[in-house]
Amino acid sequence: MQYLPNLIFLLILILGIGFFTRNVKKLSRNINLGRGDMPSDNKPQRWKNMARIALGQTKMVVRPIAGLLHVIVYLGFIIINIEVLEIIIDGVLGTHRVFAPLGTVYNILIASFEVLALLVILAVIIFWLRRNFIRIKRFIKPEMKGWPKMDANLILYIELVLMVLFLTMNAADYQLQLLDTPHYTKAGLFPVSQFMGSIFDGMSVSTITLIERVAWWMHIVGILAFLNYLYYSKHLHILLAFPNTYYGNLATPGQFANLEAVTKEVRLMMDPKADPYAVPAGDAPPPDKFGASDVMDLTKVQLLNAYTCTECGRCTSVCPANLTGKQLSPRKIMMDTRDRLEEVGRNMDKNKGEFVQDDHQLLNNFIQPEELWACTSCNACVEACPVSIDPLSIIISMRQYLVMEQSAAPSELNVMMGNIENNGAPWPFNQMDRLNWVDEA
Amino acid sequence: MNEELKVPTMAELFAAGKEPEVLFWVGCAGSFDDRAKRITKALVKILHKARVSFAVLGTEESCTGDPAKRAGNEFLFQMQAVTNIEVMNAYGIKSIVTACPHCFNTIKNEYPGLGGNYQVMHHTQFINKLLEDGRITMEGGRYKGKKITFHDPCYLGRANNVYEAPRKIIEKLDAHLVEMKNCRKKGLCCGAGGAQMFKEPEKGDKDVNIERTEQALETKADIIAAGCPFCNTMMTDGIKNKEKEASVKVMDIAELIANANDL
Repeated sequence: MQYLPNLIFLLILILGIGFFTRNVKKLSRNINLGRGDMPSDNKPQRWKNMARIALGQTKMVVRPIAGLLHVIVYLGFIIINIEVLEIIIDGVLGTHRVFAPLGTVYNILIASFEVLALLVILAVIIFWLRRNFIRIKRFIKPEMKGWPKMDANLILYIELVLMVLFLTMNAADYQLQLLDTPHYTKAGLFPVSQFMGSIFDGMSVSTITLIERVAWWMHIVGILAFLNYLYYSKHLHILLAFPNTYYGNLATPGQFANLEAVTKEVRLMMDPKADPYAVPAGDAPPPDKFGASDVMDLTKVQLLNAYTCTECGRCTSVCPANLTGKQLSPRKIMMDTRDRLEEVGRNMDKNKGEFVQDDHQLLNNFIQPEELWACTSCNACVEACPVSIDPLSIIISMRQYLVMEQSAAPSELNVMMGNIENNGAPWPFNQMDRLNWVDEA
Repeated sequence: MNEELKVPTMAELFAAGKEPEVLFWVGCAGSFDDRAKRITKALVKILHKARVSFAVLGTEESCTGDPAKRAGNEFLFQMQAVTNIEVMNAYGIKSIVTACPHCFNTIKNEYPGLGGNYQVMHHTQFINKLLEDGRITMEGGRYKGKKITFHDPCYLGRANNVYEAPRKIIEKLDAHLVEMKNCRKKGLCCGAGGAQMFKEPEKGDKDVNIERTEQALETKADIIAAGCPFCNTMMTDGIKNKEKEASVKVMDIAELIANANDL
């Protein structure tokens, strides 16, 4: 009986981590529905980008207020996790503050966790005010209605509750240490929670112990629950920001990839020796679809991008089309891609891992051509993203499908392309007149 | 164009067994658009003044394929690219200057993968280098003290990280460079990129060029300097829309230099 709490703890821990692992596998399965391979070139540069952009938060602080608040919560998240390690060991072994023998180092650690916890609480409150009270524009765009808004607030509430539980647990622990309660060895420095002592005035040791235990259990169970909430939330960025910045585009932003499938066709057309009537070999695979109408036509990196998006809306707030009232919102492109990918994933779950055709696709059911055609390809969204997401590449992939598979470009663009084909210029001027400007006064 | 300003073609030079220092890629706008032709001529004058041996492809030049590629027509883009590359490789072109950031970006970044490797410069980079090397000097003070704001073309700035060359030139004009609310990395598009130049905008509250023109007018600049024929058109239209054409001019960097030197 004595080991019952340890066993219960172990069970919860295994369940929490097990369920999370199951979801990570789903995540990886869904991302692997994309085309191509993850890039593996120039690894040193990729590590550098990850260190600088994800670990170093360099693009977050471009907007100083949101950036600073985010750095606080981010540091809080990373550093307080050291404490989670101690909590897990204590939970499994039934010990109390197992790292206590570290002495001064331990005191410094606990003290910094407490200060960070307080700062995180403050930051989370300001974040909440920015979203719900100040109502900053990028947080109240049409794509943020409903679940995205609720998701954002839930994350803030959970973080707030976890931090309050953490401080309550420490405050009660500290009181118990002062009262020389057995098992509660004196350890740690509590610069914040020592001021919460008055809550416990007149309480018996057993009540304080109960509060300490309840806060301790709720805190760790809360963390495990939050871990499992990630998969269903935009908050997944806390994990995926790292691979996403690693796999981010290394080429200069102006360079759009040349489609290899097209290069093959073009070479064949330009080759005077090619036989235009050649029949492809019987076992030749069907030619690739040009561009993307659904998530399976996108690349793995584009799908990883979609899962990484935390809907901050910095892209949308700098998009010239969105700023002037057009339907296009780069953030919505990413959210739609993720939502469709999730739908495909659920379809596979239901059908023993095989995707069964549904009457849905990314184009038209989620993203409208009107959104795609409003893009000026100015790269502002790509530049603005703090975690190297590239909404522009998805827009171009989908335009490629519309133009090359469906011939569904706006009619003025068809005129422009017809001109290029016939005269080598987007306007109806003859190529032979290209030098006329020299003789014009 | 006066008689001394010869514009040799690659074909002529090739026939004479000569090789120019640089190929001037004129581009479709520079060849056909009346406003952009003035930019082309300004650049030719600067090249002559600096005694740069250059040539154009003339009737052998064809659209780089940029608007087709951004519109999603990869086929047409690659057909154009491969054709242009064949012509340029046949002439052994090594170095290119162009006054269009879209041509610049496409030839510099998207042609190498299809077999076209050249050193490509935007004309603001090229002019800045001519100034730094002392091949041209700035004379007269036509723009002294004038307020000039520079509109960053997306395909020069964000796309290729070129922000300083055009600004250095403006400073050498003894002009007062004023920045817009959104500049450099945060520059706002003029609204023409991604093949938008060739179509009506989607439904919205406002046109992008009007938004950008408002930002430019906020600086109270006398001149909006541009480095792209399409930005030039969009900003000129914006100024007309705001009925400011009497007080604010939209000019290309090349025109500013040519005018300052009374070319």
